[in-house]
Amino acid sequence: MVGVSKAFPGVRALERVDFRVEAGEVHALLGENGAGKSTLIKIMTGALRGDEGEIRLDGRPVEIGAPGQARALGIGTVYQEVNLIPTMSVTKNLTLGRQPRRFGLIAWREARRLARARLKRLKIDIDVERPLGSYSVAIQQLVAIARALEDDTRVLVLDEPTASLDANETELLFGIMRNLKRRGIAMVFITHFIDQVYQIADCISVLRNGRLVGSAATADLPPLKLISLMLGRELERTEERLAAGASTARGEPIVVAEGVGRRRLMAPFDLSIRPGEVVGLAGLLGSGRTEVAKLIFGAVRPDCGRLEVGGAPMTTHSPGQSLRRGMAFCPEDRKAEGLIGELTVRENIILALQTKRGWLRRLSHDEQEELAQKMIKALAIATPDADKQVGQLSGGNQQKVVLARALVSDPRILILDEPTRGIDVGAHAEIVALIRSLCAQGLALLVASSELDELVAVSDRIAVLRDRRKIGEIESREITRENVIRTIAGAKA
Amino acid sequence: MNEKYLPLLATIAVFIALFVIGGFLYNNFLSTLVLGDILADNAFIITAAIGTTFVILSGGIDLSIGSMIGFVGVVIANLDVVGWHPLVSAAMMLGFGLAFGALQGLIIDFCEIQPFIVTLAGLFLLRGSCFMINLDSVPIRHPFVASFAAASIPLPGGGFLASSAIVMLISLAVAIALAHFTRFGANVYAIGGDRTSAALMGVPMRRTTVAIYALGGFYSALGGVIYAFYTSSGYPLAGTGNELTAIASVVLGGTMLTGGIGMVAGTLFGGMIFGLIATLINFNGSLNGAWIMISGGILLFLFIVLQRSIVGSLRLGRTT
Amino acid sequence: MKHSANIEADAPSISRLRAIAGHRAVWPVVALALIFVVDGFISPGFFHIRIVEGRLFGNLIDILYRAAPTALVALGMAIVIGTKGIDLSVGSVIAIVGAVITWRIHAGDPHFAILLIALGVGLLCGLWNGFLVAILDIQPIIATLILMVSGRGIGLMINLLYGGTNPSFISPLLQGLSVGHIGLIPTRLILGVAIFCALWLLIRRTALGLFLESVGGNSAAADLTGINARLIKYAAYLICALCAAWAGVILAADTHTSDPVSVGLYIELDAILAVVIGGGSLAGGRIYLGMTVLGALIIQALTTSILTSGLPPEYNLVVKAVVVIIVLLLQSNNLRSALYATLARQPR
Repeated sequence: MVGVSKAFPGVRALERVDFRVEAGEVHALLGENGAGKSTLIKIMTGALRGDEGEIRLDGRPVEIGAPGQARALGIGTVYQEVNLIPTMSVTKNLTLGRQPRRFGLIAWREARRLARARLKRLKIDIDVERPLGSYSVAIQQLVAIARALEDDTRVLVLDEPTASLDANETELLFGIMRNLKRRGIAMVFITHFIDQVYQIADCISVLRNGRLVGSAATADLPPLKLISLMLGRELERTEERLAAGASTARGEPIVVAEGVGRRRLMAPFDLSIRPGEVVGLAGLLGSGRTEVAKLIFGAVRPDCGRLEVGGAPMTTHSPGQSLRRGMAFCPEDRKAEGLIGELTVRENIILALQTKRGWLRRLSHDEQEELAQKMIKALAIATPDADKQVGQLSGGNQQKVVLARALVSDPRILILDEPTRGIDVGAHAEIVALIRSLCAQGLALLVASSELDELVAVSDRIAVLRDRRKIGEIESREITRENVIRTIAGAKA
Repeated sequence: MNEKYLPLLATIAVFIALFVIGGFLYNNFLSTLVLGDILADNAFIITAAIGTTFVILSGGIDLSIGSMIGFVGVVIANLDVVGWHPLVSAAMMLGFGLAFGALQGLIIDFCEIQPFIVTLAGLFLLRGSCFMINLDSVPIRHPFVASFAAASIPLPGGGFLASSAIVMLISLAVAIALAHFTRFGANVYAIGGDRTSAALMGVPMRRTTVAIYALGGFYSALGGVIYAFYTSSGYPLAGTGNELTAIASVVLGGTMLTGGIGMVAGTLFGGMIFGLIATLINFNGSLNGAWIMISGGILLFLFIVLQRSIVGSLRLGRTT
Repeated sequence: MKHSANIEADAPSISRLRAIAGHRAVWPVVALALIFVVDGFISPGFFHIRIVEGRLFGNLIDILYRAAPTALVALGMAIVIGTKGIDLSVGSVIAIVGAVITWRIHAGDPHFAILLIALGVGLLCGLWNGFLVAILDIQPIIATLILMVSGRGIGLMINLLYGGTNPSFISPLLQGLSVGHIGLIPTRLILGVAIFCALWLLIRRTALGLFLESVGGNSAAADLTGINARLIKYAAYLICALCAAWAGVILAADTHTSDPVSVGLYIELDAILAVVIGGGSLAGGRIYLGMTVLGALIIQALTTSILTSGLPPEYNLVVKAVVVIIVLLLQSNNLRSALYATLARQPR
């Protein structure tokens, strides 16, 4: 793929990206959420069309306008969400659309034989008549791979295949991938697990903010350099370190988490946040940043440990309860979890505050309007008026609305997950300034972010996460990019 | 034992259990005579329900079934009055059912309006057309119909398999072949199981959706033909409320209203359960029709809870 | 491939027209207006209102009068649909309420208490539906199907409780509510307006409406802002059943009889249609109380217009279906885009 670009309303998803993969090679594609990986893959597999650039197969330019065309060219895809039908049997899934027929009717015995043969090539032997959904995700993924591997497949795209697999299952997958390498199939391996990249990939490409920031053979890209490629940001301007010097005593912590965790989601961790303090959560994708944030906010219920807010323990863990105790949360995925697209900007902004007040004490229209306008001004939300449907705003402005909603509920503790994703540089500075002033007034802040430079600039303390585990904390003076990266790279899982 | 047969087996078990209970309660109940009667009386609605099974399997719904039954009967009866041979008018109405269903499917897919609403409008349209043609029942006098109604195959034990039941069973066989042995059938299950994945896997969405509703319309029309021939009349109120019975039969037959799971054969038994309950109650004489409705509701409730627990184990694998 | 209209820079007036055409409220209003215009042509004197025996009479009054029960049910339905749900059992609730009223009247209870009992029974039905949907997480269409199938049977059983031979009753209070009049205005209209106002206060003057729309619009996001989605959904089904109960009181007192088999037949379908015509989406979201009433009025206006026009009443259903289809098609974005594209290709 050469010079591929793609823009969506309000965001440039890809900016002249080059990407190449050879036969018999495993090429890992890395990048944070929103970096453009999915978009690139969708263009490669025909789900989307690029605005510029071209795709070449075997040196010849090709047009890929629909998934069917990609398939016909020999490009098979295994999606992250195992896009198969869980209610249908393995055989049916493997042969959907291509069932062998006799006199117009499907010959199921032949289909079963085909299915078993396909799976055998991947060294899998399972009962092909059971519903797919009754198998573990690992097996489902392998079936998806088997489906993607037609006889004429030349390129196999694997989108986060190991996301739900444990160590054994991953090793099984890698064995299959090595087998495919020997067969000369080119593989694109999208993942966020650094270890796995070094286990299986021949070369690595890193996308950040829609640009290709690095591409090299694995041997030429040591982990330290890779991580810094992933977490750095094109620094348009340098950030001044906030709170240089010793952190002023701010009193007792307002949030204390002891051994809080949830099976399969996050290993038990300790964390405390003091009023006026900014605690950053640093780590790569999948390290558990969002999980820590949600566990503290109560959006996910912990199954061990103790959580204290404002001196009193949290007995029930729910967003409503947390709001009433003075916490506020801005989720990472604003579309799925953050905003209610049909409602207006105004309604979205006051929603958390309204929940806090309860259903009877409704904010009058004037009060709502006043609060909304205040926030629109403070955050420079680009909207002609507060009554526009929030779903129609651009991504960056939507992000600001999410932030506005949290701020309006007058929190003592603010939890932010990827607060600057999609926000342009100018607005970025305003938001940082606003948050700093709030911290000066005693707001406690927990920020999870993939933008390491920002975390380094604003945090008083950084909790370093890796593979769903807290592996360390770095205090004020020690906070530098290098230290964080070294901690991530150095610690053993 | 393959899990997917579980709901079907449950349905068959319930049917047998009810039949046996009837045998305890009344003399001469456990006979092929009674069985044959149940099949004959309910053949029309079961046929329509078979078509609806496809619609529900794909995750949709069709509310226009009952009205189609009435409409088809009324048209055939009126065409009989002007001298058309019933088979010719029947063939024409089957074509109409196909086309009407296809149109509904097209509107559902292209305009992205929910199936509930579109088929609801279809219900009103067809039922209203019934009334516009004639308000009273119109008899069909062509001798063919009489001989059709009389034709039957004797069963061991003294019962009869009436012609209506034979047609229904044939259509069931065709439906089973369609559902389980054609690519179309596999596509239907795929769409119902996971719509997004089905599209990603290359299932032709629009074509299949139109075909599904066309098939449903065809079978509803066939049900209407059966009803008209069986009762030798075109009754504008025929089929009223039957869309509900049909849907309930499908659910009782083990098909989930969410789609993707179920078997066409189950609908046969689901419909027969309803017929059996009605027969049981009629035999009694002192119980009234209310019990049919109440037991229907209880059965539905039990089946829904049963289905949920089965499906709960299947729809896993969605991790963050 | 989805067809999206790519019309180059329109004149500003055209784009404003298109924006208006895209507004959900426009087509229902236009439809009602058109119906009345056609009425004016076909039946001169359609809009004539006169006073007979101290109350108002006339086609317009008639439309309001007959639409009242449907409108009440539709209001409750709109609220449930807003949470991305549906309630198919409202007809059965009406049947049960009618049976309960007749039963208690035969049992000799004071009539005002019977009114409260009837509403209480409605609440019970709502509790059941809410339990299935909000607690057991059963899909609303299936969950409410259960009561829909069995409800009328329950009504018939209740009829048996008092012998079942004489399902009719006399109740000055209830009949007064349903068919009486206060001053010039039929009582049920006043009752309807009162209930509408109560609902409006409940939905718009508290935060409940916002919470309902949030749960329907994006359940996950609503959850994260602290809304107790289960409780909100439960409340929706309670309200819907209560509205159906009121409609049940009116309908039962109208005929002063209990007829569980045919009372309120298909009213759930009319109610859902009214909500959709009024701009509500079955996929959840905004609740348009006023527009829903408008939708119910349109449906009733159609029926009344056909009656007065001299068309045989059999035409009722067909005309209703056609109008509904047209309104729905026009509300469909895809179809409008395709239409514009076709029109744009024609030479000006």
